[in-house]
Amino acid sequence: MKYIEEFRDGKLARIMARKISAAVALREYRFMEFCGGHTHAIFRYGIQDLLPANVQMIHGPGCPVCVLPISRVDLAIVLARMPGVILCTYGDMMRVPGSQGASLLKARAAGADVRMVYSTLEAIRIAQENPSNDVVFFAIGFETTTPPTAVAIKKALESNINNFSIFCNHVLTPPAIKAILNAPEETVRIDGFVGPAHVSAVIGTRPYEEFAHEYNRPVVIAGFEPLDIMQAILLLVHQVNESRAEVENEYTRAVAREGNLKAQALMAEVFELRPSFEWRGLGAIPSSALRIKPEYDHYDAETRFTLPSIPVADEGACQCGSVLRGIIKPVDCPLFGTVCTPENPVGSCMVSSEGACAAYYLYGRFRNISHQS
Amino acid sequence: MESRIDLTHGSGGRAMARLIEEIFLTAFDNDMLRQRNDQACFEVPPGRLAMTTDGYVISPVFFPGGDIGCLAVNGTINDIAMSGAKPLYLSAGFIIEEGFPIDDLRRIVHSMAGSASAAGVAIVTGDTKVVEKGKGDGIFVTTTGIGVVPEGVCISGDLAQAGDKILVSGTIGDHGTAVMVRRNNLSFGATFLSDTAPLHDLVRRMLDASPRGLHCMRDPTRGGLATTLNEFAAQSHIGMLIMETEIPMKVEVKSACEFLGLDPLYVANEGKLIAICDPAAAPLILDAMRSHPLGKDAAIIGEVQEDPNHFVQMVTAFGGRRIVQWLTGEQLPRIC
Ligand code: SF4
Repeated sequence: MKYIEEFRDGKLARIMARKISAAVALREYRFMEFCGGHTHAIFRYGIQDLLPANVQMIHGPGCPVCVLPISRVDLAIVLARMPGVILCTYGDMMRVPGSQGASLLKARAAGADVRMVYSTLEAIRIAQENPSNDVVFFAIGFETTTPPTAVAIKKALESNINNFSIFCNHVLTPPAIKAILNAPEETVRIDGFVGPAHVSAVIGTRPYEEFAHEYNRPVVIAGFEPLDIMQAILLLVHQVNESRAEVENEYTRAVAREGNLKAQALMAEVFELRPSFEWRGLGAIPSSALRIKPEYDHYDAETRFTLPSIPVADEGACQCGSVLRGIIKPVDCPLFGTVCTPENPVGSCMVSSEGACAAYYLYGRFRNISHQS
Repeated sequence: MESRIDLTHGSGGRAMARLIEEIFLTAFDNDMLRQRNDQACFEVPPGRLAMTTDGYVISPVFFPGGDIGCLAVNGTINDIAMSGAKPLYLSAGFIIEEGFPIDDLRRIVHSMAGSASAAGVAIVTGDTKVVEKGKGDGIFVTTTGIGVVPEGVCISGDLAQAGDKILVSGTIGDHGTAVMVRRNNLSFGATFLSDTAPLHDLVRRMLDASPRGLHCMRDPTRGGLATTLNEFAAQSHIGMLIMETEIPMKVEVKSACEFLGLDPLYVANEGKLIAICDPAAAPLILDAMRSHPLGKDAAIIGEVQEDPNHFVQMVTAFGGRRIVQWLTGEQLPRIC
């Protein structure tokens, strides 16, 4: 654990902060950290305080709870209400508001059997213990949580567990970055990306090369420790100063260019691309999500149950969409901190501490306090 | 005697009388109990009385460093002591689930008796109920305490003022971490012990050092340090700035919390206190704390400041600044 402490060391942080200050030129630097894990760390450790005023971090959409559109939450609630179904989900998803203020938590209070689990394997165990129920696992997440879901499906197949299925909402990182880069230039200018940590451990650094070469944006893959993030920012500043656009890897202790081939093979075996998937804030993005292959469709909740088609819902006054695209800061949303708080979230970005609104509320609210009414 | 509690032990009949006689009366023995009345009568000392009550539910019932029994005694003594009062008497109520092992009950009761007598406090009245299997989680213990506040002492959560110093009596997160490590059957090559302890003697020493310099005092149990600081901030309408590097914490607790996905600032303590003091008295009080075994790691961790938003802010060890928020919901492990 001493190993981790080194990446949180205040003295090293000050040295790094001085290096960044010395490196910045007279211009603005706007970097997006894609991952919610990075957003969380930036707020939790107060990294913004260690950066010069002209280096701004824009919080990206890499929070799996945040990007799931209301219609998918609604579908999960439909599943949970079906007689005989036990819906298993990660804790954060319980509180995400669906349409008309519904949530899994409220569905549970009204009698649905919704259980909070920490892993897919726990959901499998629940299926084994409740043979007369249909156990559905509400799978969410980027490439990091996808291999465990694949493992669960294979385990269910091997052990002949037939009362288990997956409501698959796994999404992919590179198409989302591309969607942000393809947005009209005036919406948000981004000079470079702090690239995902755990996601890159699975997919490697190669998928980001397109952003450097074709979109001319530097990408630095960084670990989740605060010093990792500072180091990545320094590397980004250097690249911008030197007009370079490359993929650099700060997180070599976990990430290789090719990624984790075994995990990739496992994913390819069980999942295939969806032609298109709706993201909160980013709209429909082609080839941006996974579904379960037909060979495994017995384990696919979407084919196993007859689900209604739920239209793309209006987000109402919540501005999560703009927050997720980095267009506004959470405090610019009129509901922030007044109507919308972690106890009573109006939008998904206020639910998970990886969401920008919650991170801002929990850790950073003393900044820009004047924006609040 | 049988080996497990059954419903007859709560029925008011012979079995119950025997249980009380053999387990409770022998362990807690004192003059008032020996009179075998339904209440304890005692002289009321002059001054203000402090009274508190608390229910204890914990799983596992026995954990490294303690058990539900000593926890129930120490916890209530501490709630009394946090007003500056000297704790005098306790009552103890037991709700026991049918099937609970009598040996375990005996162990718990002995642990309570040991803690009470070590603290010089008598358990003077009590009650036992037995509930059907499935209607309780083994055993619940409720203790109520009474104490007397010395002349001139005025400690309350709404008395913090800008400029006051914030003191903590020792390493934080020990109790909750010990319980979580045991509950998850983990082993990190280190032993984790609950810090459960009665704090009234430490408090006495602090009051001796400065009877009027102590403004607020509370033991950061459930919700941990972060919750207690936020309670003070809200009650006193002030803000705080604490320094993460000054907060005493064991390295192994920090590592275990990291592994369990917990924030030690929110992890329960059972033998620590937070005091908010007049800045002039703070060094005296700190010295007094450090001279006591239960306060040897005491530290000044920050300062009270004016803040209309009542934020508790922290300068992180990394060098940035952030809010230390009220706990929202359960602490959950991250999934990404
Ligand atoms: S503050 Fe709440 S309502 Fe506003 S954008 Fe964030 S989550 Fe949505």
